[in-house]
Amino acid sequence: MTYVIDRRLNGKNKSAVNRQRFLERYRKHIKGAVSDAIRNRSITDMDSGEEISIPRKDVSEPRFHHGAGGRQTIVHPGNKEFVAGDKIKRQGGGSGSGAGEGKASNTGEGNDDFVFQISQEEFLNYLFEDLELPNMLKKKLLGTESFEYKHAGIVSDGTPSKLHIVRSMRTSLSRRIALGGSSRRRLKEAKAELQSLLEQSYPHDQKHIHDLEEEINCLEARIRKIPFLDPYDLRYNLHVKQPAPSSQAVMFCLMDVSGSMNQIMKDMAKRFFVLLYLFLQRNYKKIDVVFIRHHTSAKEVDEEEFFYSRETGGTIVSSALKLMSEIIEDRYPVTDWNIYAAQASDGDNWDDDSPLCADLLKSKILPYTQYYAYVEITPRMEQALWKQFEQVQEEYGDHFAMQKIMSVDQIYHVFRDLFQRRAA
Amino acid sequence: MTSDTRKPISEGSEWTFELIEEYNREIGKIAEKYQLDTYPNQIEVISSEQMMDAYSSVGMPVGYHHWSFGKQFVSTSQSYKRGEMGLAYEIVINSNPCIAYLMEENSMTMQALVIAHACYGHNSFFKNNYLFKTWTDASLIIDYLVFAKNYIRQCEERYGVTEVEELLDSCHALMNYGVDRYKRPYPISAAEEMKRQKEREAYLQTQVNELWRATVPERAKPQKEKQRFPEEPQENVLYFIEKKAPLLKPWQREVVRIVRKIAQYFYPQRQTQVMNEGWATFWHYTLLNELYDEGKVTDGFMLEFLQSHTQVIAQPSFDSPYYSGINPYALGFAMMQDIRRICENPTPEDEKWFPDFAGTDWVKTLHFAMENFKDESFVLQFLSPKVIRDFKLFSILNDDHNTHIEVTAIHDDAGYQLIRENLAAQYNLSINEPNIQVYDVDITGDRSLTLQHIQHQRQPLADSASEVLKHIHRLWQFDVHLESIQEGRVEQTLHCPEKPKPSFDDEIMLAQLGLC
Repeated sequence: MTYVIDRRLNGKNKSAVNRQRFLERYRKHIKGAVSDAIRNRSITDMDSGEEISIPRKDVSEPRFHHGAGGRQTIVHPGNKEFVAGDKIKRQGGGSGSGAGEGKASNTGEGNDDFVFQISQEEFLNYLFEDLELPNMLKKKLLGTESFEYKHAGIVSDGTPSKLHIVRSMRTSLSRRIALGGSSRRRLKEAKAELQSLLEQSYPHDQKHIHDLEEEINCLEARIRKIPFLDPYDLRYNLHVKQPAPSSQAVMFCLMDVSGSMNQIMKDMAKRFFVLLYLFLQRNYKKIDVVFIRHHTSAKEVDEEEFFYSRETGGTIVSSALKLMSEIIEDRYPVTDWNIYAAQASDGDNWDDDSPLCADLLKSKILPYTQYYAYVEITPRMEQALWKQFEQVQEEYGDHFAMQKIMSVDQIYHVFRDLFQRRAA
Repeated sequence: MTSDTRKPISEGSEWTFELIEEYNREIGKIAEKYQLDTYPNQIEVISSEQMMDAYSSVGMPVGYHHWSFGKQFVSTSQSYKRGEMGLAYEIVINSNPCIAYLMEENSMTMQALVIAHACYGHNSFFKNNYLFKTWTDASLIIDYLVFAKNYIRQCEERYGVTEVEELLDSCHALMNYGVDRYKRPYPISAAEEMKRQKEREAYLQTQVNELWRATVPERAKPQKEKQRFPEEPQENVLYFIEKKAPLLKPWQREVVRIVRKIAQYFYPQRQTQVMNEGWATFWHYTLLNELYDEGKVTDGFMLEFLQSHTQVIAQPSFDSPYYSGINPYALGFAMMQDIRRICENPTPEDEKWFPDFAGTDWVKTLHFAMENFKDESFVLQFLSPKVIRDFKLFSILNDDHNTHIEVTAIHDDAGYQLIRENLAAQYNLSINEPNIQVYDVDITGDRSLTLQHIQHQRQPLADSASEVLKHIHRLWQFDVHLESIQEGRVEQTLHCPEKPKPSFDDEIMLAQLGLC
C-alpha cells in the first residue's frame, strides 16, 4: 500500500521561526560582525548580506561527554603498517591530552567557528537597529498612483463579480426560515390533527377532514412559493479606494573637493553618504539624491563625477549652501518633500566665509530641512567652520548634528551617534 | 538476456508521478519476494527548501519551535548552498504509514534509489526490529508530536518565549538521560495525553507537595540509619526531575515530559544506526540490481545508481583528512552483504566462526539478524574475519598511565576476537555515554540533589559537565552536586552553584585556631 503525495506547494519556511530565534539569541555576535563589515567592505556592496561567524563553543549545547583521559579503546579502519603490540608516541604533550584520532568525531566539538549567512534585509536590519530618523516624515498625499483598494465590509448592492456567495446564502436561508416559519408550524399542527382524526374509529367528521386537507394543501403551496433566492438576499463585497500616503525624501550630499581633501577623506565621506542613503531608503519609498561638490564655487554633478573627478582649489563652503538652497526653492517644494542633507568637509574654509555659512544655514536651510548632518573628516584641530557650526548646533539642536571622523572605522559609530534613537 | 527483451520502465532521467508509482510497484513486488514486511508507505514529493526544513527538525515531521533547530537549519542551508554536501536523499519517519521524502530536484534514478532504501529498507526495519517494536509506537508518534507542538506553543503564549526556551535548553541538555533503558513505557497517544494531561498536572503537584510536607518536619526526629532518597539510584534523570523536582510548575513538568518522550522515541534509532543503514543500503542495492536483471532499468540508470551507492558506502581510512569515524552505511552494508555470502558460499573459516548459519537460507538469516539485534550485539555476533580484513580494522589503547598509545589488535587471527569485542563496545551506548544517575536527595536538609558518575575505565567527564550541571540546577532549583566515582571512591566533585573557595581570612582564622 503506497500513497504518493505532492507536498511541494506546502509552505517551505517551516524553519523560519527557528532561524529567527537562533538569530535573536546570537544578536550580540551578529551586531559585532555587521559593524566590522561596514569597516571592511567596499562601498559598492554595502547593502548585500553578510557572513557571520560565531565561536563554536558559544553555540554549543552542553551534554555530558567523556573527556580525554583514562583507558580509551578505539577501533579504526585502514590499518597499513601497524602490528599488534606496536607502541606509538603520543602527539603533542603529556599524559591525558592525547585522545587519539577518533576523539574529534565523538565529541562533535571542533574548533572551527560556526559560520552562516544572513540576507541583505537582515543585514540592514541589524545595521540600522535602534536608529531612527529625527523629525519624522512629512507625509503628503500625492496624485493618482498612490491609491489602494481596501475591503470595506459587505453591502447590498454591487456588481455580480463582487457577489459574496456565503453571505448571500446566509441571508437567503434566514429569510426563508422567517417567511415560512408560521406556515410550517401550522402545517405541522394540521397534519397532527388530521392524523388523530383519521385514527379515530368512529364515523369520521368528513367535513373537518376535508377542511384540514384543504388547509394542508394551501400551506404547502405557500411554503413552496417562497423563493429560494431573492434579489433582496444578495450581498456584495465592498472595496473602496483609499489614498495611500506616500512619502518622499530628497537627500543632499555636499562635499568639499578642494585640494586639501585627499582620496582617503573622500572615500570616508562616501561611506558616510552611502550609509545615510541606505538608511533613508528604509524609511521612504522614493528618494532623490542631489550631489553638490564645491571648492571655491559649487556645482551640481552626477554621482560618478561627485566621487571620482579630481579638482583642486581653495574652499568656499557657502557657495555649496547657496546652491543647495536654490535647488530646494526650484525643485523641492518644502510641502512635498522631506529634505535631508549631509555635508562632508575637512573644515578648511576661508576664514571670512565661515560666519556667512552659519547665517545661510540658519536663515535659508535649517528652517526647511528635516535634518542636517555635518561630518568633519580631519585628524587636525577644529577650525573656524567647526566653531561657527557649534553655535548653529546650540540653536538648532534638533535639526542639526555634527561629528568628527578621523578614520574609517569610526564612520559607523559616528553614524550611530547621529541617529541614535532618543528617549522620548 | 538480449537487448531485445529488455523493456525498461523509463529511459530518461526525468521523473513523473506515474513513473514513481510504477517503479514503486516493481520494487514492491521484488521486496515482497524477499519477505520485506513494511508499514504502508507515504511518499511525499518536496522541494529542496522543504528538505532542509525536514533536515533541521531532527527527523520530526512536526516539531516545536526552538533556536537549536534554527541553528541546525542555518548550518544545513549554508553547506548546501556552498555545495559542500548534497542533501541526504533519505529522510524517513518511523511512523505508520511510514513517511519518506523524495526531493523534486532528483533524477528518476535517485527517486527509485530512495524508494528502495527508505520505503522498503528502513520501513521494514522500523516495523520488525525488536527495539522499535518494544519502544516506539509508530502509529501514534505524529499525533503526539502535534500535541507537543501545540502544548509548547500555548506555554509560550502564556509564560513567554524566553521562559519556555530556557526550560527546553535545560531539558535538551539532559535528553540522553531521559530514557528508560530497561522498562517498557506505555505507548503514547495524543488523545490520551491530552485527556490525562490536565489531571496529571493537578495530581503531580499534590504529590510533590505531599513529599515535601511529609518529609521536611521529620528533621527533628533523628533516624537510626540515614535512608537515601531515592532508595535505588535512578538512571532516568529527566523522569526523576519531572516527578520529584520540588518547585517546577505543572506546565514545566509537562514540557520535561515531552522532551523525555521524544528522547525515548529516538532511543532505538541511536542504538541501531549501523544495522538500520546497513539494512536499508543492502536492500536498495539488492532490489535495484534485481530490477536490472529483470530488464526493467537501463544501463545508464545502473551507472548513476552505482555511482551514488559507492559514494554512500565509502570508508576513508583513519589517516585520511576525510576520516570521521567508521561510516555506519559502509560497515552495515559490508556486514549484511557478508552474511549473505556466508550463507551462500561459506569458506572453511566461516564454518568455524559461524557454524550456526553458514550455508543456510540467507533471507531467513538476514531477517533473523535484523529483527533480534542492536548495533552492539549485531557486531558482536556477526562481524566476520573477512569484514575485519576488508576494513583493515585495528584497535588501539590509549591509557593515560602509559607514555605510549598501544596497538592491541589488528586484522589477523590473533586479533579478530578482540577487535570484534572492542568495536561492539564502541556501539554500546551505556559505555559510550557517561554513566550518570540520581543518587541522593537531601530531603531532610537543604534539598540538594546529588548525582553520581560511575567512571568507566577511569574516563573522566568532559568540561561541558559543569555547564550541564547549571541546567540541572535550573530544573531542580536547589543545590546540585555531581560526584565522579572511580573504583568506589569519589574522584572529583562538581557543584552548582559553585562552592565558594574558603577565603584567605578564613584560612588565617583556621590556622590560628589550629595554633591555639
